[in-house]
Amino acid sequence: MSRVHDMGGRFGDGPVVPGSEDDPIFAQEWHAQALALTLAAGALGQWNLDVSRHARECLSPGDYMAFSYYEKWLAGLADLLVMRGVVTRAELAGAIPAASTLTDRRLKPEAVAGVLARGGPASRDGAAPRFAKGDRVRTRHPTRNVMVDGGHTRLPGYAAGLVGTVELLHGCHVFPDANAHDQGEQPEPLYTVVFDAAEAWGRAEAPGDTVSCDLWESYLEPVA
Amino acid sequence: MPHDHADDAPPHSLLPPEPALRVKALETLLTRKGLVDPAALDEIIETYAHKVGPRNGAAVVARAWVDADFRARLLADATAAVAEMGFAGRQGEHMVAVENTPEQHNMVVCTLCSCYPWPLLGIPPGWYKSDAYRARAVREPRAVLAEFGVTLPDATRVRVWDSTAEVRYLVLPMRPEGTGSMDEAALAALVSRDAMIGTALVAAPT
Repeated sequence: MSRVHDMGGRFGDGPVVPGSEDDPIFAQEWHAQALALTLAAGALGQWNLDVSRHARECLSPGDYMAFSYYEKWLAGLADLLVMRGVVTRAELAGAIPAASTLTDRRLKPEAVAGVLARGGPASRDGAAPRFAKGDRVRTRHPTRNVMVDGGHTRLPGYAAGLVGTVELLHGCHVFPDANAHDQGEQPEPLYTVVFDAAEAWGRAEAPGDTVSCDLWESYLEPVA
Repeated sequence: MPHDHADDAPPHSLLPPEPALRVKALETLLTRKGLVDPAALDEIIETYAHKVGPRNGAAVVARAWVDADFRARLLADATAAVAEMGFAGRQGEHMVAVENTPEQHNMVVCTLCSCYPWPLLGIPPGWYKSDAYRARAVREPRAVLAEFGVTLPDATRVRVWDSTAEVRYLVLPMRPEGTGSMDEAALAALVSRDAMIGTALVAAPT
């Protein structure tokens, strides 16, 4: 576990408080604005999904824990806008906005439905999978981005160093550890690997319970 | 990426502290720079507030309950099967349906952020995005389920799916007993959002 967002298995969070199915989709009006603004800014094409996830993960632990969900989005967005030169720190602080070269990339209202419907598939052509369904594999330990110190990875800390079984093969997908750091998509085979709960946590709530993660091939090594 | 140095204030700290003002400030700035069209923001909000939500997923579940061929296609390739019903798009590019049985109960979480199948279930509820759910669903799913009022027999395995990639999971709940005469639309009305995340079961109408 290297960053605060990687909280799977943590103790001390207290009960989950279920809502009602009838609760409003956006508890506050600004939640809806934050979501829409984040999607619209993403459509400018200055970063990808993995970069934006990493920006939220890079919030300081104090900010991450203090911020509500959409506050994290807003903070990550503001940081990305400055890092990518879309806006300046002075503009964020209230200076008169300067002209931008990106205005022709502005998301138009009539394009919204198409953009949301298309989404952004992560599947790519790539290498044949090294592992097959039923293979036993061990996950990388410790979990880390091996290309960028402190970088983005999608192997949760709790799942590092575990032996599990390949259950699903998803073809090749964009590799977040590279894509989050502008190192290209470097697609790899993606698998669903299932772990016995007792292996993951030392004890299971009931025998036979399992947890699975979707993991890229370079997170995995064969187990004889 | 943002700097880790404490003496280098991150850009977001330049915005007003109050979140509603913070989002307004960012929107105003981006609008004045010609980078955001407020009408596009309204269109996005309208989509997720009114057009895309768990009724989509419920329609998929109900169809799987009444149409064995569709159910087989859904379990074999959920992305293609839900596309047949017109459901596709952002955060639903790679769908997998996982079927509850008396032997196995499925439950979905994203421990790293809050990944969720938007085209089928809409925007995730607050509890799904909470630290408590992200932290605990993987380690003690039965304790979490109890907080939702769901108790499973020990003989039913609990399988937690942590959405660590772009694959999004839809739980196909068990069809309740005594619903043999109900049509697809009536069945869909029984299916809750939480049942498709795996934190609720579907009950027969009383």
